[in-house]
Amino acid sequence: MAGPDAVQAPEPAVRLRGIWKTYSGGVQANRGIDLAVRAGSIHGLLGENGAGKSTLMKVLFGLVSPTRGGIELSGRKVRFGSPADALEARVGMVQQHFSLIPDFTVTQNLILGNEPTTRFGRLALRAAAARIQELSDRYGFRIDPNARVADMSVGARQRVEILKILHRGAEVLILDEPTAALTPQESAELHGVLRTLREQGRTVIFISHKLAEVIDLCDRVTVLRDGEVVGEREIGPEHRGPGPDRDAVERDLARMMVGRDLPAGPGRPHAPGAPVLILSGATDGGALAPIDMEVRGGEIVGLAGVEGNGQNELIELILGIRGCASGRILLNGTDVTRWPVDRRLRAGIGHIAEDRQSAALVMSMPVAENALLGYQNQPRFHRRGRWLSVQRIRDFAAELVRRFDVRTPSVRVTASSLSGGNQQKLVVGRELARRPSLIVAAQPTRGLDLAATSFVHEELDELRADGRGVLLVSLDLTEIMTLSDRILVVSGGAMVGSARPSEVDEETLGLWMTRGRTDRTGSVEAAAT
Amino acid sequence: MRVFSIGLVISGIHLSMPLLFAAYGGLVSERSGVINIALEGMMLFGAFLGVAVTFWTGSPWLGLAAGVGLGILLGALHGLLSITVRADQIVSATAINLLALGVTAALIPTIWGQPGVSPTVARIPPVVLPGLSDLPLVGEIFAELSILDYVGFLMVPVAFYVLYRTPLGLRLRACGEVPEAAASTGVDVIRTRYLAVLTSGALAALGGVYLSLVQVGLFQRGMTQGRGFIALAAMIFGKWRPLPILAASLLLGFADAFQFRAQAVGLPLPHDLLLALPYLVALVALATFIGRATAPGAIGKPYVKD
Ligand SMILES: Nc1ncnc2c1ncn2[C@@H]1O[C@H](COP(=O)(O)OP(=O)(O)O)[C@@H](O)[C@H]1O
Ligand SMILES: [Mg+2]
Repeated sequence: MAGPDAVQAPEPAVRLRGIWKTYSGGVQANRGIDLAVRAGSIHGLLGENGAGKSTLMKVLFGLVSPTRGGIELSGRKVRFGSPADALEARVGMVQQHFSLIPDFTVTQNLILGNEPTTRFGRLALRAAAARIQELSDRYGFRIDPNARVADMSVGARQRVEILKILHRGAEVLILDEPTAALTPQESAELHGVLRTLREQGRTVIFISHKLAEVIDLCDRVTVLRDGEVVGEREIGPEHRGPGPDRDAVERDLARMMVGRDLPAGPGRPHAPGAPVLILSGATDGGALAPIDMEVRGGEIVGLAGVEGNGQNELIELILGIRGCASGRILLNGTDVTRWPVDRRLRAGIGHIAEDRQSAALVMSMPVAENALLGYQNQPRFHRRGRWLSVQRIRDFAAELVRRFDVRTPSVRVTASSLSGGNQQKLVVGRELARRPSLIVAAQPTRGLDLAATSFVHEELDELRADGRGVLLVSLDLTEIMTLSDRILVVSGGAMVGSARPSEVDEETLGLWMTRGRTDRTGSVEAAAT
Repeated sequence: MRVFSIGLVISGIHLSMPLLFAAYGGLVSERSGVINIALEGMMLFGAFLGVAVTFWTGSPWLGLAAGVGLGILLGALHGLLSITVRADQIVSATAINLLALGVTAALIPTIWGQPGVSPTVARIPPVVLPGLSDLPLVGEIFAELSILDYVGFLMVPVAFYVLYRTPLGLRLRACGEVPEAAASTGVDVIRTRYLAVLTSGALAALGGVYLSLVQVGLFQRGMTQGRGFIALAAMIFGKWRPLPILAASLLLGFADAFQFRAQAVGLPLPHDLLLALPYLVALVALATFIGRATAPGAIGKPYVKD
């Protein structure tokens, strides 16, 4: 098939052929992915959470062995059993989570595992520091080799991570969501560094789910969804400035990223009652910008956003886990801004925690005791003063189990022996038994099968019909679109948009979510109103 | 006899040394990420076997070697439980402590035919360095120092050098801070931690041998009297750093020496209070400093390779 011309064409720096990866749990994270990365380019890898980006790059870095498929570097077939092999072949990766030792200096971090020594086996720290300084200067990293990592800003640490793989001799640099934790200024500085690397002939693979920065930075973009390549675009200078070309490519990429063809939910009558929750200018003084929002009785408000854009902080603010630095929080018209968590819960907030296994259940305790959590101070479970009545607890748990169809042999088995779906039913049942006027549901269907998912959805719908308020926080846009009466979009800790499901499509939401607060917030807000 | 004299210095050094060895044992282990509250048991086992072997062979040097060897074995046991099996590090160490107390007490009558205490055996003698012991004033101190005292003091700069100036020390500390990061650069976390725990066992047992074969020349049931825990306190008080640990060990050792001498000269202080003094000093030191102490980041967390 390869004609004489193909022989002439320069081999891509990296070529992945038909990569499949099935994790032991059965998740197919990569399903036959082909990818070619030109030498000396910045190649974007774009996709929603869980699309399989990290998995694909871990395969290239030797951290994960593919179920099937092969790797070629500049036309040569290679096989990596470990990151050490990949580094040997000059492929380096900065993982999504930092892998630096805070207590060490930059130099100590960079030489670890490959330490230069003088006579007497002494670490040659000074010589190493000089070399690192030189490397840092060459690429404009502005890093002091003798600074302690713990004392550095997040942006500087990110540059140290890159310096670390450069120091190991990497020609191909993989960066997994390197800007996720950076401020806009730090991101801009990082982009500068990456452009310098490209000028020096290195190849960069840049993983992100932020559309704008991918367009600003990359020469070519591959979009992944559900473990497959759904499209590729060449990005040229004409796409970078504002204008129709940019808008077109943004729209295009957003559709590829989130594009499921599921229709918005059926238009139910929406007759909200009085507000059960009002936030006015409420902020934690840190991660969150001042937030204005309300949830009324009889409505489901969906909070959409890319993971880590302030959803957790907002939930903590509402529950009282996170202090409110300024602004006010009203629950059923009462100012609860200064109330502790316990008091707010008693006043009518239910919380379905995002991580049921660590935040909602004690896995090693019996189902019955898990059902009691949060009610242990109620006299109905006490006998003779404050002694807990085992019998009453078991009766209560048995009732929950029956009503919410939790499949368990008995209420005496530990929560860990239940399936994920049944654990979630237990949590939902327990929180609903509070008869809350507001329920905060954080990713209530994550990891559940279809049956359990529809159970949770029905329960939320029933709460709504019962005149209670629901705040549904989810990363799943389809879920948000089908269930919500109103949708709020959070990005970078601020509310960037609000709409009814009938007024927007998932693409638009995806755009709002991914543009972030930094770039062209104005137009996002314009779109929202 | 006065309380403050050259004698106080000599007995202060003698009482500090076991703490110093054991505390350094703790230092090495914990900087690699493995908690070692088994110092007490390792000391006791070391003290015991040191005396037993000296009793059988007549050579305290063989006793020394045997005691330290047993310490290494105990380190291997602690490593097996806490690194390989990934059992709870506190539980594993507590098992060693209980074992030491019971086994050594039970073996005293079996070996020596009398409960509670062994007969006296040959001690590790002081080394006479002709020039030094003739010096005025301090000569008296040097005349009382054994080879183990010199080893102890030499251990301080050596530990410092290894920990902070060599690749081995860098890797060991990396394993104690962020083992995943260390592993990602090719460091063998498991091997490094084993090395540290073995060394820890050797040093703690050496502290025990010092107690039985340098200080008294016999073994007595439970003779460490919680010194392994005092050493742990010295390590924490010394913030897991070699030089401050030296200072902490000396402070606690001298508090003990003061207490002994105050009793001997009959200072008008309650007997119980004096006995409790070293423990009180440790308590106050910990209470004052523990909040600010910074333990290694990954301490107590088993490392799981994925
Ligand atoms: N070690 C693992 N074991 C099992 N499943 C995993 C593992 N790592 C990732 N996954 C799953 O594989 C899918 C792709 O994940 P990942 O590659 O991290 O996506 P991305 O980086 O695009 O967010 C997800 O469904 C995720 O839950
Ligand atoms: Mg990822």
